[in-house]
Amino acid sequence: MSTGAMAGAGAEAGGELGETVRELREAYGGGRTRSLAWRQAQLRGLLRLLKEKEAEAFQALHKDLGKHHAEAYRDEVGVLIKSANGALQQLGKWMAPDRVWVPLIAWPATAQVVPEPVGVVLIFSCWNFPLGLSLEPLIGAIAAGNAVALKPSELSPCTARFLADNIGNYMDASAVKVVNGGPEVGEQLMEHRWDKVLFTGSPRIARSVMAAAARHLTPVALELGGKCPCIFDAAAASARDLQVSANRIIAGKWSPCAGQACIAIDYVLVEERFAPVLIKVLKSTLKRFFQDADHMARIVNQRHFERLSSLLKDRAVAPSILHGGSMDAKNLYIEPTILLNPPLDSAIMTEEIFGPLLPIITVKKIEDSIAFVKAMPKPLAIYAFTRDAALRRRVVEETSSGSVTFNDAVVQYAIDGLPFGGVGQSGFGQYHGRHSFEMFSHKKAVMKRGYLLELTLRYPPWDESKVTLMRYLYRFNYFAFVLAFLGLRR
Amino acid sequence: MLISLMRLETTRYGYILLLVCDVMMQISLVTSSCKFALKNLKKWMQPKKVPAGVLTFPSTARVTPEPLGIVLVVSAWNYPFLLAVDPVIGAIAAGNAVVLKPSEIAPATSSLLADLLPRYVDSSCIKVVEGGIAETTALLEQKWDKIFYTGNSKVGRIVMSFAAKHLTPVVLELGGKCPVVVDSNVDLHVAAKRIAAGKWGCNSGQACISPDYVITTKSFAPKLLDSLKKVLDEFYGKDPLRSEDLSRIVNSNHFNRLKALMDEEMVSDKIVFGGQSDEQQLKIAPTLFLDAPLDSAIMKEEIFGPLLPIITVDKIHESFALINSMTKPLAAYLFSKDSKLKRQFERNVSAGGVIFNDTGIHLTNQNLPFGGVGESGMGAYHGTFSFDAFTHRKAVLDRSFLGEAKARYPPYTRGKLKILKGVLKGNPLAMVQAALGCTGWA
Repeated sequence: MSTGAMAGAGAEAGGELGETVRELREAYGGGRTRSLAWRQAQLRGLLRLLKEKEAEAFQALHKDLGKHHAEAYRDEVGVLIKSANGALQQLGKWMAPDRVWVPLIAWPATAQVVPEPVGVVLIFSCWNFPLGLSLEPLIGAIAAGNAVALKPSELSPCTARFLADNIGNYMDASAVKVVNGGPEVGEQLMEHRWDKVLFTGSPRIARSVMAAAARHLTPVALELGGKCPCIFDAAAASARDLQVSANRIIAGKWSPCAGQACIAIDYVLVEERFAPVLIKVLKSTLKRFFQDADHMARIVNQRHFERLSSLLKDRAVAPSILHGGSMDAKNLYIEPTILLNPPLDSAIMTEEIFGPLLPIITVKKIEDSIAFVKAMPKPLAIYAFTRDAALRRRVVEETSSGSVTFNDAVVQYAIDGLPFGGVGQSGFGQYHGRHSFEMFSHKKAVMKRGYLLELTLRYPPWDESKVTLMRYLYRFNYFAFVLAFLGLRR
Repeated sequence: MLISLMRLETTRYGYILLLVCDVMMQISLVTSSCKFALKNLKKWMQPKKVPAGVLTFPSTARVTPEPLGIVLVVSAWNYPFLLAVDPVIGAIAAGNAVVLKPSEIAPATSSLLADLLPRYVDSSCIKVVEGGIAETTALLEQKWDKIFYTGNSKVGRIVMSFAAKHLTPVVLELGGKCPVVVDSNVDLHVAAKRIAAGKWGCNSGQACISPDYVITTKSFAPKLLDSLKKVLDEFYGKDPLRSEDLSRIVNSNHFNRLKALMDEEMVSDKIVFGGQSDEQQLKIAPTLFLDAPLDSAIMKEEIFGPLLPIITVDKIHESFALINSMTKPLAAYLFSKDSKLKRQFERNVSAGGVIFNDTGIHLTNQNLPFGGVGESGMGAYHGTFSFDAFTHRKAVLDRSFLGEAKARYPPYTRGKLKILKGVLKGNPLAMVQAALGCTGWA
């Protein structure tokens, strides 16, 4: 039975949480999470879970967010399968120590960097990709040999429950635990000391997580968001380029969870003269893609629905709505909406939108977008559609963001070789692929010396000649050192 | 900037509280750090290509390092030159602007840095701010792109909570009780010398990686004690307080703190060697304790001084549990020729760094990450790790307009889902279909 599951969405008493943490520490302290076999078994268990419970997972995601199962597979389940397989394949390599060069003066000696688990880690995930943002870091934490507590978001309760009900059955229930509950449970969890905490969510809560972590000197990684801009350079674009770009902009905005994604395109920057043609192709493609409202997720809850509708209802903003704008409060559905040049000081342009509203901001020259983007806080991703190599170079060199993707959006998430994480306001710490393993590892320096060679000059009592010898040594000036040592040089 | 920093080394040096050797060691380490950075800088700054994989074919992917922005380095008093300048080297190498706040407890070095540094580097991008708690607090209230702090864990917590307000990432180089386990299967004289060098030879034990306490077996302890006493006599003579090779304690606060550790009732009778002190000179002689109680202050707090408790156990393996019952230290040392014991030690003892048969030397290896874990800190530096500590690794993905996979777009059909599944599983047929823009059946 699943002793690892804390069933129910209710908050837990402090005592039970303490017990959970204690069990995890015991499981880790016992040493079994460190073996390759244990890690592989967990990863295989996870793969079985994703395969056998796929239908239930789709159901949970549909109930929580209205996600179509194709979207659920494309963005969450499928990516997880890819990541778990990748980890299984690479694990031996990741766990291997790295030999490093030792200066001659230390001979005989060897030095290595040995990765070890940090111990017991806590993962806070977010409601928008409740499966993906829980299990992707879990893969890394397990691969690194840790015991893990996972706290899914209570705003996606069906997925939280799905995790609580199933993880313990497919993985080591006393070393991998799901803890469900509201914000107070999150706070109580942070009263304990963890060896690492990964938090995915908003900057506001991130601040309190980091402040709580500071009390125990718990290292943290924060995956936040930001306003991810999309620079659209239509200058050399053929009709086909235009269509492909529109497809991909839509795939980067409305397709992932109706824009409720940290790496979703937040707004587009385009030259004045090209705005009409972009808007036209976006409109026609939107119509084709979303003929059926079922193919776009809904807004997660009433509070966010109201937040988004007030962004649109803002008197200064409403006139800029060019397409869409209709809202269904009962079904928490907002139509894909395009706005043209809402005021830059309106909420829709100062806050992260996290919804299916796309402001298009026009600039005189496309190069002006760089200054525009630089003036905002560093986002998790910057996108640019352009065939102009010089513009691409400027975007990379003159802006700062977690990542930059050219001629597409959101897909960087699925590439194991690329570190995924923010900078500045969009957070710190990176994961995915090998970076997940490293996020939850401590790289221990190990140096082995022999007794063979004794350099007495390092010991007191000291005199000038020893100091001179030391000077040569630290500069790796072995020749001069040997000469001085033999008394042939002062 | 780095070349200028190196020239600083050859300038006439002001009065420093430490020995010539310590000073020279710090300067040499900084110089070699600078040279290492200069030699490798171009390589470090290069973007690294990474496999983009088939999911986004055709595309190229790379990771490009960029500076974080404006960083704050707050350093410590025990190696005031090294711990101030070494992180600054990393910050500069990574292309950041830096504010350095040297420790006010080493005032001579602080003013030396404030005076000399601006003359050798771009003082509009690299600044030194002197001061005490008030100035440090004012600095911490600003928004930085990274904060690098070297010091104790109490202040480390304060630094991290300030950083939390601005979501600023931090590197905390703290300390801890660095244990030395001495097995009977050793070259005892060499081991004793290396332990002594790491303890008293390093600023009288006032170093984050100094051996804090020793664990050995009950049967071996007498031999170890004898050897240590002989070595201490060799190093410092019969009257260590008069030896010029013995560093003094940094100030009277710390002197009194150490005296209190020594004078604690259940500890003072465990002194088996040394114990002399001179308040005028702020010197304490190398002092050995045998089996001080584990709940005494000297065994609970980081000593940071010339006092060395020796704890005995029945079997050497018991040392692991003892070490693990304490918080993770910055460094853990084992003296032994027994390969199995070494393997077990490496596996079971978690510390920032582990050294076999020596103490402290990993500090000088630029290829090893230097940093703590748990209470001893987070993050690492030295060599490439210094560059990495102050760098943001930006992921860059360059996609082509070709390879339009219609399967990823709505409206979703069963056929598209099949292709998606195939692609994410690495099925070649599915990938071809995706690349050709197929949408599958139904």
